[in-house]
Formats: sequence, C-alpha cells, structure tokens
Amino acid sequence: MTLSKLAGASMRSILRNKMRSFLTSLGIIIGVCSVIVMVAVGSGSQAQIRRQIAAMGTNLIMIMPPRGPRTANRLTMADIRRLRAESSYIAAITGEVRLSGTNVVGGNTYWSTSVFGIEPDYVKIKEWPVKSGEFFSDKDLTSRAKSAVLGTTVAAKLFPDQDPLGKYIRIGTTPFTVVGVLASKGSNAMGSDQDDVVMVPLDTAINRLMMDGRINSIEMSAVSEDLMTAAQSEVESILRESHKLAAGTTDDFDVMNQSQIIQTASQTARTLTALLAAIAGVSLVVGGIGIMNIMLVSVTERTREIGIRMSVGARKRDILLQFLSESVILSLLGGCVGIVLALAVSFCLQRFLSTPTLVRPSIIAASAGFAAAVGIFFGFYPARKAANLYPIDALRYE
Amino acid sequence: MAIIELRGIRRHYLVGEITIRALRGIDLDVGIGEFVAVMGPSGSGKSTLMNTLGCLDKPTEGSYVLDGLETSRATPDEFADIRNDRIGFVFQGFNLLSRTSALENVELPLFYDRSGSRANPRKRAKAALEEVGLGNRLDHMPNQLSGGQQQRVAIARAMVKDPAFILADEPTGNLDTEMTLEIMSLFQELNDRGKTVVMVTHEPEVASYAKRVIAMRDGSIVSDAPVRESRRAGEDLAAWKKSHALLAGEEGSP
Repeated sequence: MTLSKLAGASMRSILRNKMRSFLTSLGIIIGVCSVIVMVAVGSGSQAQIRRQIAAMGTNLIMIMPPRGPRTANRLTMADIRRLRAESSYIAAITGEVRLSGTNVVGGNTYWSTSVFGIEPDYVKIKEWPVKSGEFFSDKDLTSRAKSAVLGTTVAAKLFPDQDPLGKYIRIGTTPFTVVGVLASKGSNAMGSDQDDVVMVPLDTAINRLMMDGRINSIEMSAVSEDLMTAAQSEVESILRESHKLAAGTTDDFDVMNQSQIIQTASQTARTLTALLAAIAGVSLVVGGIGIMNIMLVSVTERTREIGIRMSVGARKRDILLQFLSESVILSLLGGCVGIVLALAVSFCLQRFLSTPTLVRPSIIAASAGFAAAVGIFFGFYPARKAANLYPIDALRYE
Repeated sequence: MAIIELRGIRRHYLVGEITIRALRGIDLDVGIGEFVAVMGPSGSGKSTLMNTLGCLDKPTEGSYVLDGLETSRATPDEFADIRNDRIGFVFQGFNLLSRTSALENVELPLFYDRSGSRANPRKRAKAALEEVGLGNRLDHMPNQLSGGQQQRVAIARAMVKDPAFILADEPTGNLDTEMTLEIMSLFQELNDRGKTVVMVTHEPEVASYAKRVIAMRDGSIVSDAPVRESRRAGEDLAAWKKSHALLAGEEGSP
C-alpha cells in the first residue's frame, strides 16, 4: 500500500465525519495558533525593545552610581572634566542630573515634570535635535545661563496656544528663559514619555537647583562601534584614578554600554517569550490528548469496519498505519488552520491594537512539526489498539 | 481436486476453568465447483468451522490445506494475505463500510492487494458490480440500497479478487423471502460458472439450494449428503412473484 493511497483513504474517512474531525483538530488549531501568536508577541516586543534602546544614542556608554544598598554616588563634575581631558576614544560626553516630580510654572499654569541638567553634547549622543529655537551652547554652560529647552509635552502643557520661545518659566524659585523646543521622541523602552522633560544647562542645575553637587549619570559616545570595549575600559581606568581607588578594590561606579543594555533587556523579553510559548505549548499538548480521546472513541465505533478490513486482507500494520495517518493528518490540518489563524491574529494585533508582533518562519515550521509529532504521539496508542483487535471479535462487535 | 482439505480439526476454547470443545475432529473435503451448505443448531460448531475455513481463526489441532497451501503454521500476516487472495467473505449483516459507495466497498480487497497486480482496481470493481446486476448503482451508499442489493455488493466484493472459494455466513439471515431467493439464485449462477461456494445456514429452505448439505452437532459432522432434489432459486423466485401478485390482486378486489 502506497503512502498516497493511505493518505487518500485517511482523508476520505476524515471527510466522512467533517464536524467531528473539525472539533478534534480544534485543540490543535488553538494550540498552534496560541504558540505562534505568543511567540510573535514576545519577539515583537523584543524587537521593539532593541529598536528603542538603539534609539537611546549612538555607541552609547553610560556611567552610573553602583547599584545596591549603602552605595554612595561619587560621580562629580571633576570626573567629567577629567574624562573629557584624558580619554582618547570618546567623541562626546555629557553629565546628567535628574530632578523628577518638579513643579514648573509657566504661561498661566504649572506642570509637574522631570528637569534634566545636561551639557550640549547631549544632543549629539542622543541624536535628539531641537524642533524650534536652539539648544544651549558651551557658553551658556560656563556662564550658568538660566536657559531652558522644553520637551514637546511640557511645551504643549504650559503654552498650549502660543510659541514658548522667549517665554519665562520658573523651576522652583529660579526663573528660566525658554530658548528651544525639542523634537518629539515618543516613549522609551519602559513606556514612559520622553518628551515630558525640561532641559537646563548642567552647571546651572547643579548650582541653582541641586543640593549635593553629585552627577546622576555620565553618558558618552565612543568614536566608533569597534572601539566601544576599548573606550569602556579606558573610561573605567580614568574614573578609578580620579576616585583614587587602590588596585584590588571594587569600582564605586557602574559602566554599561549599549549592547549590554540591549542584552539585559532582551534577556528579560526572551524569558517572557519562552514562558508564554510554554503555556501555549501546554494547550497544544491538551489538543493532542483531545485527538487521542476522539481516536479511541473512533476505534471503538469503527470496530466493525476494522473487522471488515481485516476479513478482506488488511494486515495489522495496515490498520495501524490507517489510524496513525488519520490522527497525523488531523493534527497537520489543524496545524495549518492554526498557522493561518495565527497570521491573521498577529496581523490584527499589530494593526488594530498596535502590539508589535514578529512571526518568524522558523516558529511556523517548528509548530507545524510539533503538531505532527503530537499527532503521531497521541495517535499511536489508539492505532495500536485498533491493530491488535482480533478479526473475529471485531467482525462480531455490535 | 479438493480445494479445501480439513484433517482432524479440533478447536478448544478455555473459558475460565472450563475447556469448550467447539470442534471435535473434523475431516472434510470440498472440491472445485461444489456448493456446500453447512447446517446445524446454534452451538453445533458451525460458526467455529466457518472461522477456521475463513482463516479468521486457527484450529487448536489438525491440518487445513487451502488450494494446495498448508495454513496451520501461517503467521497472522500470512493469514491476512490468504484472506485477501483466496477467500471471498459474505456475511449475514452484509458488513459493508457505511458512508462508502458500492464501488469503493468492492474495491476494498484490491486496496490490500499485495500481489502487485497492475489491473485497474476501479475497472475490476465495476466489472464485479455489473456481474451481480448493480452496474447502475455504483455510487450508491449502503443506506441507499435495499438489503438484497447490499448483499449483492458484498458478493461483488467477495468475487472481485477471483478467490478460491466464497464463504458465506448466514447470507440470507437478514433478508425477506424475495431477497433470499434473489441472493440464492445469484449464488447458484456463480456456482454454475464454476465458483466454489461454502455457506453456513440454519434454514433447511436455504440449504436446499446447495448441492451438498453437511449437518453438524456438538462439534462433529453428523451427516454429509448430496441434495437429491436440487431446486432452482430463480424458478422459485418467479413462482413466488406470481403468487404474490395474485395475492395482491385478491386483496385489491372487493
């Protein structure tokens, strides 16, 4: 008996019971569909996180206070000056102080937002140009100018109907002149609005708005992507020297580069994806059990048919293969419908709920293979039960 | 030349502690072109004999040579091949695949053909159905056919591989008189053309259309005799139809 004849006979027997066949494969359809959709959502958000982190800047290296309890922040303006003077792999550098939840008064209203004290290189590192007006210059920095650049959200909140350029705003008790409005950057990887910000010169922020003179973080662009590692170790040694750390002691700062951040963030997303896929995989297995259940019922129901086939010369193996191929075809058909359904669902998620999805061909192939494997695994026991029937008993079965 | 040679066939079943001796030493020869009816009350062992002849069951003891082939040491797969190749079954309950057309039902033995025959199965199945007078019912499903027609499909299926003999188990058990006569006349036609038929029945009426009647009791053959007054089912059918028409006419008149 050839494979095509076998598949044809199984196909006929599946089509003879259309409704039952559909209900049987429903488990596989849902299983395959949910595996693909879950993984698509997982890889979609992973890809989005990568894009967002890449958008944080070019060849970014960040220095932050060490994480953990009872660790003091020892980053200062002196560190920045030293890095700028001594490092050879750094193209741009800026210190950053952040003051979140600050009331900014302007126009006829006020708005609670984050105030960043930064240096002009910030624009280069973050690739974040101004939309109108201009960014403050090195001169503004040294003169501790009371100039501010607004993010679009703040500009819209404080000056809804007017051009904010040249207007005054007040941060705490200090008045600032608005010199520019930043281009919109949207939300970051964590989902917070990056445009809800007011930028002022670093020196001004430290002297007028901050208390302790500590820098929250230092951000740098390496000269090129190849020199990231070299730049990072150079930065580390300059900072150790600057902080007068003896050899063998641990750093009192953290240096991270962009690819490390991407790795950390996508590691989380990957774990989440795997978890989702595993949960969806369980439904695929449940679908397989459904197939086994129906096939067992089907074997009992078709005992006479098995007897007839045996009486006209079917061998054990013929019966085994017939039932096995029925369950494999059922689960493969279910798999195909599930794949089509998953593509539709992923498209709709992306289109109508703007959830990023990414359907890789490999996951489609894997889930189709898994569906077939489920068919073989859960079809084998009922098929063997059918094949082991004794011809006389099967023929006399009522 | 004998097509079936049974020598000392015994079949014992173990049911719990008790051994049931269903066949107690059967010796039987059936020659080519015979039409044998096996009779006996239930429990006489005729079903067991039928299963043995059909290679559906293996005797506990004895030798069964079918068409020159010793079957007592055959494996289950070889049994399946023998059933496919040498035996045509006709059952009491027709045993057709439901929701499967007459043509596909008749094709079934060819589906399991391992002899490597190149003949077109569809054509052969069609020819077999035409032979039993169902050439115009090829695509009918069993539930669209009368009992007699279903049994004729089953006979076509039994014939399609041109087996050594046809083994019929109470072939008219589910049929009324008219259909019974139809089927028996078909068996007689096949037998006239040289086909060997072995038929199990408990109706003396039906057995009288065979050429030889074997009676069984308690697992042994108690009589084996040729039918003296052989009857033609076709003639009986015509007579029955005539009297039936007459009866219907009487009922119709006031």
